[in-house]
Amino acid sequence: MNFFNIINKLSEVDPDVLGRLDTRRSVFSSLNTVSKRAALASAPAFLAAFFSKAYAGTSAGDPKEVFNYALTLEYLEADFYNKMIASAQFATASAVDQASIRQISKHETAHVNLLKTVISGIGGTPVAPVTFKAATFATLTTFAKQLEVAQLLEDTGVRAYKGRAGDLQGIADVTITGVGTINPLQAALQIHSVEARHAARIRTMRGQTSWINGDGDLDNQEHYKGAIPESTITQSGVNLTTGLGTTYTAKDAQASFDEILTVAEVLAPSRAGGLVGA
Amino acid sequence: MSDSLRPTSSDDNQGAQPLYVPIKRRSFFVYAGATAGATALLLAGCNDDDSNVDANTTVDVGAGDVGVLNYAYALEQLEAAFYAEVLKGGYFTGLAPAAAERQIFADIALHEQIHADFFKTALAGNAIKALTPNFSAINFGDRTSVLTSARAFEDLGVAAYNGAGRFITDPKFLVVAGKIVSVEARHAAIIRDLITPNSFVANDVVDFSTTSATARQERSKLPAEVLTTANTFLAEGSKVSAKSLV
Repeated sequence: MNFFNIINKLSEVDPDVLGRLDTRRSVFSSLNTVSKRAALASAPAFLAAFFSKAYAGTSAGDPKEVFNYALTLEYLEADFYNKMIASAQFATASAVDQASIRQISKHETAHVNLLKTVISGIGGTPVAPVTFKAATFATLTTFAKQLEVAQLLEDTGVRAYKGRAGDLQGIADVTITGVGTINPLQAALQIHSVEARHAARIRTMRGQTSWINGDGDLDNQEHYKGAIPESTITQSGVNLTTGLGTTYTAKDAQASFDEILTVAEVLAPSRAGGLVGA
Repeated sequence: MSDSLRPTSSDDNQGAQPLYVPIKRRSFFVYAGATAGATALLLAGCNDDDSNVDANTTVDVGAGDVGVLNYAYALEQLEAAFYAEVLKGGYFTGLAPAAAERQIFADIALHEQIHADFFKTALAGNAIKALTPNFSAINFGDRTSVLTSARAFEDLGVAAYNGAGRFITDPKFLVVAGKIVSVEARHAAIIRDLITPNSFVANDVVDFSTTSATARQERSKLPAEVLTTANTFLAEGSKVSAKSLV
Protein backbone atom coordinates (compact mmCIF):
# COMPACT_ATOMS: atom_id res chain seq x y z
CA MET A 1 0.00 0.00 0.00
CA ASN A 2 1.27 3.37 -1.00
CA PHE A 3 2.03 5.87 1.73
CA PHE A 4 0.03 8.62 0.04
CA ASN A 5 -2.90 6.28 -0.17
CA ILE A 6 -2.70 5.62 3.57
CA ILE A 7 -2.70 9.30 4.36
CA ASN A 8 -5.56 9.86 1.95
CA LYS A 9 -7.67 7.16 3.52
CA LEU A 10 -6.92 8.45 6.98
CA SER A 11 -7.87 11.94 5.93
CA GLU A 12 -11.26 10.68 4.76
CA VAL A 13 -12.20 9.63 8.28
CA ASP A 14 -10.13 12.27 10.04
CA PRO A 15 -9.70 15.45 7.99
CA ASP A 16 -7.09 16.71 10.42
CA VAL A 17 -4.92 13.63 10.43
CA LEU A 18 -1.90 15.49 9.17
CA GLY A 19 -2.42 18.14 11.80
CA ARG A 20 -2.27 15.41 14.37
CA LEU A 21 0.80 13.89 12.87
CA ASP A 22 2.67 17.07 12.40
CA THR A 23 2.21 20.69 11.49
CA ARG A 24 1.52 21.44 7.88
CA ARG A 25 4.68 23.44 7.40
CA SER A 26 6.93 20.84 8.84
CA VAL A 27 5.32 18.20 6.68
CA PHE A 28 6.46 20.28 3.76
CA SER A 29 9.90 20.88 5.10
CA SER A 30 10.20 17.24 6.08
CA LEU A 31 9.95 16.30 2.45
CA ASN A 32 13.21 18.02 1.67
CA THR A 33 15.31 15.02 2.42
CA VAL A 34 14.90 11.40 1.61
CA SER A 35 15.51 10.35 5.20
CA LYS A 36 12.82 12.67 6.46
CA ARG A 37 10.40 11.44 3.85
CA ALA A 38 11.06 7.96 5.14
CA ALA A 39 10.31 9.16 8.65
CA LEU A 40 7.04 10.67 7.52
CA ALA A 41 6.17 7.44 5.73
CA SER A 42 6.14 5.77 9.11
CA ALA A 43 3.61 8.31 10.37
CA PRO A 44 0.67 5.88 10.60
CA ALA A 45 2.72 3.73 12.97
CA PHE A 46 3.46 6.86 14.93
CA LEU A 47 -0.24 7.71 15.01
CA ALA A 48 -1.02 4.30 16.46
CA ALA A 49 1.62 4.84 19.11
CA PHE A 50 0.18 8.24 19.83
CA PHE A 51 -3.28 6.84 20.43
CA SER A 52 -2.00 4.02 22.59
CA LYS A 53 -0.10 6.59 24.62
CA ALA A 54 -3.13 8.81 24.93
CA TYR A 55 -5.26 6.01 26.27
CA ALA A 56 -2.69 4.01 28.18
CA GLY A 57 -3.13 6.06 31.34
CA THR A 58 -0.19 7.09 33.41
CA SER A 59 2.06 5.63 36.01
CA ALA A 60 0.57 7.92 38.63
CA GLY A 61 1.39 7.05 42.21
CA ASP A 62 0.01 8.31 45.49
CA PRO A 63 0.82 12.02 45.68
CA LYS A 64 0.67 11.92 49.49
CA GLU A 65 3.45 9.34 49.50
CA VAL A 66 5.48 11.25 46.90
CA PHE A 67 5.20 14.53 48.79
CA ASN A 68 6.06 12.87 52.11
CA TYR A 69 9.18 11.46 50.49
CA ALA A 70 10.03 14.98 49.31
CA LEU A 71 9.24 16.35 52.76
CA THR A 72 11.66 13.90 54.37
CA LEU A 73 14.47 15.14 52.13
CA GLU A 74 13.54 18.77 52.71
CA TYR A 75 13.58 18.19 56.49
CA LEU A 76 17.06 16.74 56.17
CA GLU A 77 18.30 19.67 54.10
CA ALA A 78 16.60 22.28 56.28
CA ASP A 79 18.11 20.83 59.45
CA PHE A 80 21.53 20.59 57.83
CA TYR A 81 21.53 24.28 56.92
CA ASN A 82 20.23 25.26 60.35
CA LYS A 83 23.12 23.37 61.93
CA MET A 84 25.52 24.93 59.44
CA ILE A 85 24.41 28.51 60.11
CA ALA A 86 24.63 27.90 63.86
CA SER A 87 28.16 26.48 63.63
CA ALA A 88 31.41 28.26 64.43
CA GLN A 89 32.76 27.33 60.98
CA PHE A 90 30.02 29.36 59.29
CA ALA A 91 31.33 32.56 60.86
CA THR A 92 34.63 32.02 59.02
CA ALA A 93 32.96 32.16 55.60
CA SER A 94 32.83 35.25 53.37
CA ALA A 95 29.82 37.53 53.57
CA VAL A 96 28.69 36.49 50.09
CA ASP A 97 28.93 32.80 50.92
CA GLN A 98 27.07 33.31 54.19
CA ALA A 99 24.32 35.13 52.32
CA SER A 100 24.08 32.25 49.81
CA ILE A 101 23.65 29.67 52.55
CA ARG A 102 21.09 31.82 54.34
CA GLN A 103 19.09 32.20 51.14
CA ILE A 104 19.19 28.45 50.47
CA SER A 105 18.28 27.71 54.07
CA LYS A 106 15.29 30.02 53.78
CA HIS A 107 14.07 28.08 50.75
CA GLU A 108 14.49 24.67 52.32
CA THR A 109 12.47 25.75 55.34
CA ALA A 110 9.87 27.21 53.00
CA HIS A 111 9.74 23.95 51.06
CA VAL A 112 9.11 22.07 54.31
CA ASN A 113 6.20 24.36 55.12
CA LEU A 114 4.80 24.19 51.61
CA LEU A 115 4.94 20.39 51.47
CA LYS A 116 3.30 20.07 54.88
CA THR A 117 0.48 22.34 53.68
CA VAL A 118 0.08 20.39 50.44
CA ILE A 119 0.11 16.98 52.15
CA SER A 120 -2.49 18.09 54.68
CA GLY A 121 -4.47 19.77 51.91
CA ILE A 122 -4.78 16.54 49.92
CA GLY A 123 -5.84 14.54 52.95
CA GLY A 124 -2.52 13.12 54.05
CA THR A 125 -0.50 13.29 57.24
CA PRO A 126 2.94 14.91 56.99
CA VAL A 127 5.74 12.60 58.12
CA ALA A 128 7.59 13.39 61.34
CA PRO A 129 10.67 15.57 60.95
CA VAL A 130 14.07 13.95 60.44
CA THR A 131 17.36 15.55 61.37
CA PHE A 132 20.89 15.52 60.03
CA LYS A 133 23.00 13.10 62.09
CA ALA A 134 24.81 15.18 64.70
CA ALA A 135 27.80 12.84 64.87
CA THR A 136 28.33 13.18 61.11
CA PHE A 137 27.91 16.94 61.25
CA ALA A 138 30.58 17.12 63.95
CA THR A 139 33.11 15.63 61.52
CA LEU A 140 32.63 18.60 59.17
CA THR A 141 35.25 20.67 60.89
CA THR A 142 35.59 23.38 58.24
CA PHE A 143 33.19 25.48 56.17
CA ALA A 144 34.64 23.80 53.08
CA LYS A 145 33.75 20.36 54.42
CA GLN A 146 30.24 21.55 55.21
CA LEU A 147 29.92 22.78 51.63
CA GLU A 148 30.94 19.36 50.30
CA VAL A 149 27.98 17.80 52.09
CA ALA A 150 25.71 20.64 50.96
CA GLN A 151 26.65 19.89 47.36
CA LEU A 152 25.94 16.18 47.79
CA LEU A 153 22.59 16.95 49.43
CA GLU A 154 21.50 19.38 46.72
CA ASP A 155 22.57 17.29 43.76
CA THR A 156 20.89 14.27 45.38
CA GLY A 157 17.74 16.33 45.96
CA VAL A 158 17.58 17.27 42.28
CA ARG A 159 17.91 13.62 41.29
CA ALA A 160 15.32 12.54 43.86
CA TYR A 161 12.60 14.96 42.68
CA LYS A 162 13.30 14.04 39.08
CA GLY A 163 12.87 10.37 39.95
CA ARG A 164 9.32 10.89 41.23
CA ALA A 165 7.93 13.19 38.53
CA GLY A 166 6.35 10.24 36.73
CA ASP A 167 4.45 9.32 39.88
CA LEU A 168 2.69 12.68 39.85
CA GLN A 169 1.77 12.55 36.18
CA GLY A 170 -1.91 12.91 35.40
CA ILE A 171 -2.91 13.67 38.98
CA ALA A 172 -5.70 16.21 39.07
CA ASP A 173 -5.26 19.74 40.38
CA VAL A 174 -5.97 20.16 44.06
CA THR A 175 -7.40 23.18 45.79
CA ILE A 176 -5.77 24.03 49.09
CA THR A 177 -7.32 26.48 51.49
CA GLY A 178 -5.33 29.67 51.72
CA VAL A 179 -3.06 28.75 48.82
CA GLY A 180 -5.25 28.12 45.80
CA THR A 181 -5.40 25.48 43.11
CA ILE A 182 -2.16 23.70 42.40
CA ASN A 183 -1.12 21.02 39.98
CA PRO A 184 0.86 18.44 42.00
CA LEU A 185 3.32 17.67 39.20
CA GLN A 186 3.93 21.33 38.47
CA ALA A 187 4.51 22.09 42.16
CA ALA A 188 7.09 19.33 42.38
CA LEU A 189 8.80 20.55 39.19
CA GLN A 190 8.88 24.07 40.58
CA ILE A 191 10.66 22.88 43.71
CA HIS A 192 12.94 20.66 41.62
CA SER A 193 14.30 23.60 39.63
CA VAL A 194 14.95 25.60 42.79
CA GLU A 195 16.98 22.66 44.12
CA ALA A 196 18.95 22.70 40.88
CA ARG A 197 19.71 26.40 41.32
CA HIS A 198 20.89 25.68 44.87
CA ALA A 199 23.08 22.86 43.62
CA ALA A 200 24.58 25.13 40.98
CA ARG A 201 25.36 27.84 43.54
CA ILE A 202 26.97 25.47 46.04
CA ARG A 203 29.05 23.92 43.28
CA THR A 204 30.36 27.29 42.11
CA MET A 205 31.07 28.31 45.72
CA ARG A 206 33.29 25.23 45.81
CA GLY A 207 35.06 26.12 42.56
CA GLN A 208 33.25 23.37 40.63
CA THR A 209 31.32 23.72 37.39
CA SER A 210 27.64 24.42 38.00
CA TRP A 211 26.82 21.28 36.01
CA ILE A 212 27.94 17.69 36.47
CA ASN A 213 30.46 16.90 33.76
CA GLY A 214 32.60 14.21 35.37
CA ASP A 215 35.46 16.54 36.27
CA GLY A 216 34.13 17.34 39.74
CA ASP A 217 36.09 16.46 42.87
CA LEU A 218 33.09 14.58 44.29
CA ASP A 219 31.96 12.87 41.08
CA ASN A 220 33.17 9.49 42.33
CA GLN A 221 30.76 9.63 45.27
CA GLU A 222 27.75 7.32 45.25
CA HIS A 223 25.49 10.38 44.96
CA TYR A 224 26.49 10.66 41.30
CA LYS A 225 26.20 6.96 40.55
CA GLY A 226 23.27 4.52 40.67
CA ALA A 227 21.41 2.48 38.08
CA ILE A 228 21.40 5.53 35.79
CA PRO A 229 24.60 7.38 36.73
CA GLU A 230 25.28 11.04 36.02
CA SER A 231 27.93 9.84 33.56
CA THR A 232 25.15 8.67 31.22
CA ILE A 233 25.62 9.84 27.62
CA THR A 234 22.66 8.03 25.98
CA GLN A 235 19.19 9.59 26.18
CA SER A 236 16.05 7.90 24.80
CA GLY A 237 18.26 5.49 22.92
CA VAL A 238 20.26 8.28 21.27
CA ASN A 239 24.00 8.37 21.92
CA LEU A 240 24.62 12.09 22.40
CA THR A 241 28.31 11.89 21.53
CA THR A 242 27.94 10.16 18.17
CA GLY A 243 24.25 10.05 17.27
CA LEU A 244 23.34 13.70 16.74
CA GLY A 245 25.07 14.50 13.47
CA THR A 246 27.61 16.65 15.31
CA THR A 247 30.15 14.91 17.54
CA TYR A 248 30.15 15.97 21.18
CA THR A 249 32.46 14.99 24.03
CA ALA A 250 31.21 12.63 26.73
CA LYS A 251 31.81 15.45 29.22
CA ASP A 252 29.41 17.81 27.46
CA ALA A 253 26.93 15.01 26.76
CA GLN A 254 26.67 14.07 30.43
CA ALA A 255 26.59 17.67 31.62
CA SER A 256 23.67 18.55 29.36
CA PHE A 257 21.33 16.05 31.04
CA ASP A 258 20.89 15.38 34.78
CA GLU A 259 19.82 11.90 35.87
CA ILE A 260 17.31 10.39 38.29
CA LEU A 261 17.76 8.41 41.49
CA THR A 262 15.14 5.93 42.70
CA VAL A 263 13.68 6.09 46.20
CA ALA A 264 15.76 3.09 47.26
CA GLU A 265 18.91 4.71 45.88
CA VAL A 266 18.27 8.03 47.63
CA LEU A 267 17.50 6.39 50.97
CA ALA A 268 20.51 4.04 50.80
CA PRO A 269 23.07 4.50 53.60
CA SER A 270 25.65 5.59 51.01
CA ARG A 271 23.49 8.58 50.07
CA ALA A 272 20.88 10.63 51.94
CA GLY A 273 19.79 7.68 54.09
CA GLY A 274 23.17 7.60 55.83
CA LEU A 275 22.88 11.24 56.87
CA VAL A 276 19.61 10.87 58.76
CA GLY A 277 19.87 10.39 62.50
CA ALA A 278 19.73 11.89 65.92
CA MET B 1 1.33 5.92 -8.56
CA SER B 2 -2.23 4.91 -9.41
CA ASP B 3 -5.26 6.98 -10.16
CA SER B 4 -6.90 5.67 -7.02
CA LEU B 5 -4.90 8.30 -5.17
CA ARG B 6 -6.87 11.03 -6.85
CA PRO B 7 -9.28 12.43 -4.30
CA THR B 8 -12.79 13.02 -5.46
CA SER B 9 -13.47 15.98 -3.25
CA SER B 10 -14.28 19.49 -4.36
CA ASP B 11 -10.73 20.44 -3.47
CA ASP B 12 -9.83 19.46 -7.00
CA ASN B 13 -10.32 22.92 -8.35
CA GLN B 14 -7.54 24.15 -6.13
CA GLY B 15 -5.20 22.07 -8.19
CA ALA B 16 -5.21 24.90 -10.66
CA GLN B 17 -3.56 27.30 -8.23
CA PRO B 18 0.11 28.02 -8.64
CA LEU B 19 2.55 26.45 -6.19
CA TYR B 20 3.88 29.65 -4.74
CA VAL B 21 0.74 30.35 -2.75
CA PRO B 22 0.05 28.40 0.42
CA ILE B 23 -1.87 25.30 -0.51
CA LYS B 24 -4.11 23.14 1.57
CA ARG B 25 -2.94 19.76 2.69
CA ARG B 26 -5.50 17.88 0.72
CA SER B 27 -4.81 19.72 -2.45
CA PHE B 28 -1.12 19.12 -1.93
CA PHE B 29 -1.88 15.45 -2.23
CA VAL B 30 -4.02 16.14 -5.24
CA TYR B 31 -0.82 17.25 -6.90
CA ALA B 32 0.90 14.16 -5.70
CA GLY B 33 -1.81 11.86 -6.92
CA ALA B 34 -2.43 13.51 -10.23
CA THR B 35 1.11 13.66 -11.42
CA ALA B 36 3.19 10.87 -12.84
CA GLY B 37 6.38 12.45 -11.56
CA ALA B 38 4.85 12.98 -8.16
CA THR B 39 8.02 12.43 -6.18
CA ALA B 40 9.96 14.87 -8.26
CA LEU B 41 7.25 17.45 -7.92
CA LEU B 42 7.06 16.96 -4.18
CA LEU B 43 10.74 17.57 -3.79
CA ALA B 44 10.78 20.46 -6.19
CA GLY B 45 7.75 22.01 -4.54
CA CYS B 46 9.22 21.69 -1.09
CA ASN B 47 12.76 22.66 -1.81
CA ASP B 48 12.32 26.01 -0.19
CA ASP B 49 10.21 26.10 2.95
CA ASP B 50 9.25 29.68 2.59
CA SER B 51 7.84 29.31 -0.87
CA ASN B 52 5.08 27.19 0.56
CA VAL B 53 4.07 29.15 3.59
CA ASP B 54 2.67 32.52 4.25
CA ALA B 55 5.37 34.62 5.87
CA ASN B 56 2.83 35.86 8.38
CA THR B 57 1.78 32.44 9.62
CA THR B 58 3.29 30.88 12.68
CA VAL B 59 5.02 27.55 13.11
CA ASP B 60 2.63 25.61 15.32
CA VAL B 61 4.26 22.96 17.49
CA GLY B 62 1.29 20.60 17.20
CA ALA B 63 -0.64 18.65 19.78
CA GLY B 64 0.04 15.99 22.39
CA ASP B 65 3.51 14.85 23.39
CA VAL B 66 4.88 15.74 19.96
CA GLY B 67 3.59 19.25 20.54
CA VAL B 68 5.38 19.53 23.88
CA LEU B 69 8.59 18.10 22.45
CA ASN B 70 8.43 20.49 19.49
CA TYR B 71 7.79 23.35 21.90
CA ALA B 72 10.93 22.35 23.79
CA TYR B 73 12.76 21.97 20.47
CA ALA B 74 11.76 25.51 19.48
CA LEU B 75 13.08 26.96 22.74
CA GLU B 76 16.29 24.94 22.57
CA GLN B 77 16.83 26.07 18.99
CA LEU B 78 16.48 29.66 20.15
CA GLU B 79 18.91 29.17 23.04
CA ALA B 80 21.42 27.31 20.89
CA ALA B 81 21.29 30.05 18.25
CA PHE B 82 21.73 32.72 20.92
CA TYR B 83 24.85 31.13 22.43
CA ALA B 84 26.29 30.43 18.99
CA GLU B 85 26.08 34.19 18.39
CA VAL B 86 27.56 34.90 21.83
CA LEU B 87 30.63 32.81 20.97
CA LYS B 88 31.15 34.88 17.82
CA GLY B 89 30.55 38.24 19.47
CA GLY B 90 33.00 40.80 20.79
CA TYR B 91 32.19 40.25 24.44
CA PHE B 92 33.13 36.56 24.34
CA THR B 93 36.07 36.83 21.97
CA GLY B 94 37.48 39.59 24.13
CA LEU B 95 37.58 37.42 27.24
CA ALA B 96 40.95 36.15 28.44
CA PRO B 97 41.58 32.52 27.42
CA ALA B 98 41.48 31.39 31.04
CA ALA B 99 38.51 33.54 32.08
CA ALA B 100 35.82 31.65 33.96
CA GLU B 101 33.12 33.38 31.94
CA ARG B 102 34.67 32.09 28.72
CA GLN B 103 34.46 28.50 29.95
CA ILE B 104 30.94 29.00 31.27
CA PHE B 105 29.60 30.32 27.96
CA ALA B 106 31.52 27.76 25.93
CA ASP B 107 30.01 24.95 28.05
CA ILE B 108 26.46 26.30 27.99
CA ALA B 109 26.61 26.79 24.22
CA LEU B 110 27.42 23.11 23.81
CA HIS B 111 24.70 21.99 26.24
CA GLU B 112 22.06 23.95 24.36
CA GLN B 113 23.27 22.69 20.99
CA ILE B 114 23.08 19.13 22.33
CA HIS B 115 19.54 19.75 23.60
CA ALA B 116 18.43 21.13 20.23
CA ASP B 117 20.12 18.34 18.27
CA PHE B 118 18.64 15.77 20.63
CA PHE B 119 15.07 16.98 20.08
CA LYS B 120 15.63 17.20 16.35
CA THR B 121 16.89 13.62 16.30
CA ALA B 122 14.19 12.30 18.63
CA LEU B 123 11.37 14.01 16.71
CA ALA B 124 12.79 13.04 13.32
CA GLY B 125 10.08 13.61 10.68
CA ASN B 126 7.77 15.16 13.26
CA ALA B 127 10.15 18.02 14.09
CA ILE B 128 9.26 21.60 13.30
CA LYS B 129 11.54 23.35 10.86
CA ALA B 130 14.81 25.05 11.72
CA LEU B 131 13.83 28.46 13.08
CA THR B 132 15.44 31.73 12.05
CA PRO B 133 16.25 33.92 15.05
CA ASN B 134 16.25 37.68 15.18
CA PHE B 135 18.72 38.93 17.77
CA SER B 136 18.83 42.53 16.57
CA ALA B 137 17.88 43.70 20.07
CA ILE B 138 21.02 42.14 21.57
CA ASN B 139 24.48 43.71 21.49
CA PHE B 140 26.85 40.75 21.39
CA GLY B 141 29.80 43.02 22.00
CA ASP B 142 28.46 44.19 25.34
CA ARG B 143 28.76 42.09 28.50
CA THR B 144 25.62 43.46 30.13
CA SER B 145 23.52 42.91 27.02
CA VAL B 146 24.78 39.34 26.64
CA LEU B 147 24.38 38.44 30.31
CA THR B 148 20.92 39.90 30.74
CA SER B 149 19.77 38.23 27.52
CA ALA B 150 21.24 34.91 28.68
CA ARG B 151 19.46 35.30 32.00
CA ALA B 152 16.18 35.98 30.22
CA PHE B 153 16.57 32.91 27.98
CA GLU B 154 17.54 30.58 30.84
CA ASP B 155 14.85 31.73 33.26
CA LEU B 156 12.32 31.52 30.42
CA GLY B 157 13.48 28.00 29.62
CA VAL B 158 13.07 26.79 33.19
CA ALA B 159 9.65 28.43 33.53
CA ALA B 160 8.63 26.90 30.20
CA TYR B 161 9.63 23.33 31.08
CA ASN B 162 8.02 23.65 34.51
CA GLY B 163 4.80 24.91 32.95
CA ALA B 164 4.70 22.32 30.16
CA GLY B 165 5.35 19.18 32.20
CA ARG B 166 1.65 18.75 32.88
CA PHE B 167 0.91 18.49 29.13
CA ILE B 168 3.13 15.42 28.71
CA THR B 169 1.38 12.04 28.71
CA ASP B 170 4.26 9.62 28.21
CA PRO B 171 6.28 9.23 31.44
CA LYS B 172 9.53 8.75 29.56
CA PHE B 173 9.15 12.13 27.87
CA LEU B 174 8.44 13.72 31.25
CA VAL B 175 11.69 12.29 32.61
CA VAL B 176 13.60 13.60 29.59
CA ALA B 177 12.15 17.07 30.18
CA GLY B 178 13.08 16.76 33.87
CA LYS B 179 16.65 15.84 32.98
CA ILE B 180 16.98 18.95 30.86
CA VAL B 181 15.15 21.50 33.01
CA SER B 182 17.50 21.07 35.95
CA VAL B 183 20.46 21.74 33.67
CA GLU B 184 18.70 24.88 32.44
CA ALA B 185 18.23 25.87 36.08
CA ARG B 186 21.96 25.37 36.68
CA HIS B 187 22.67 27.63 33.71
CA ALA B 188 20.22 30.24 35.00
CA ALA B 189 21.82 30.21 38.45
CA ILE B 190 25.37 30.81 37.28
CA ILE B 191 24.36 33.46 34.73
CA ARG B 192 22.38 35.31 37.40
CA ASP B 193 25.33 35.15 39.79
CA LEU B 194 27.60 36.61 37.10
CA ILE B 195 25.24 39.60 36.93
CA THR B 196 24.58 39.99 40.65
CA PRO B 197 26.15 37.73 43.28
CA ASN B 198 23.56 35.67 45.14
CA SER B 199 20.76 36.32 42.69
CA PHE B 200 20.71 32.64 41.70
CA VAL B 201 17.26 32.22 43.25
CA ALA B 202 16.20 35.81 43.76
CA ASN B 203 12.58 36.54 44.50
CA ASP B 204 11.81 37.28 40.88
CA VAL B 205 12.21 33.58 40.09
CA VAL B 206 10.80 32.15 43.31
CA ASP B 207 7.42 33.25 44.53
CA PHE B 208 7.90 33.92 48.22
CA SER B 209 4.33 34.56 49.10
CA THR B 210 2.64 31.95 51.25
CA THR B 211 -0.82 32.51 49.88
CA SER B 212 -0.61 31.84 46.17
CA ALA B 213 -0.80 28.70 44.08
CA THR B 214 2.92 28.99 43.37
CA ALA B 215 3.88 29.90 46.94
CA ARG B 216 7.52 29.14 47.73
CA GLN B 217 8.18 27.62 44.32
CA GLU B 218 9.87 28.71 41.14
CA ARG B 219 7.49 30.60 38.93
CA SER B 220 6.42 28.78 35.79
CA LYS B 221 4.85 29.95 32.57
CA LEU B 222 2.36 28.42 30.18
CA PRO B 223 3.34 28.05 26.51
CA ALA B 224 1.37 31.08 25.29
CA GLU B 225 3.17 33.40 27.71
CA VAL B 226 6.57 31.87 26.99
CA LEU B 227 6.11 32.13 23.23
CA THR B 228 5.09 35.77 23.41
CA THR B 229 8.58 36.45 24.77
CA ALA B 230 10.37 33.90 22.60
CA ASN B 231 8.76 35.23 19.42
CA THR B 232 10.34 38.63 19.94
CA PHE B 233 13.65 36.87 19.16
CA LEU B 234 12.37 34.99 16.11
CA ALA B 235 12.19 36.29 12.56
CA GLU B 236 8.97 36.63 10.57
CA GLY B 237 8.01 33.22 9.29
CA SER B 238 9.72 31.56 12.25
CA LYS B 239 7.41 32.72 15.00
CA VAL B 240 6.06 29.82 17.00
CA SER B 241 2.59 29.04 18.33
CA ALA B 242 1.34 26.25 20.58
CA LYS B 243 -2.38 26.40 19.94
CA SER B 244 -3.06 22.94 21.34
CA LEU B 245 -1.05 23.35 24.55
CA VAL B 246 -3.48 25.29 26.70
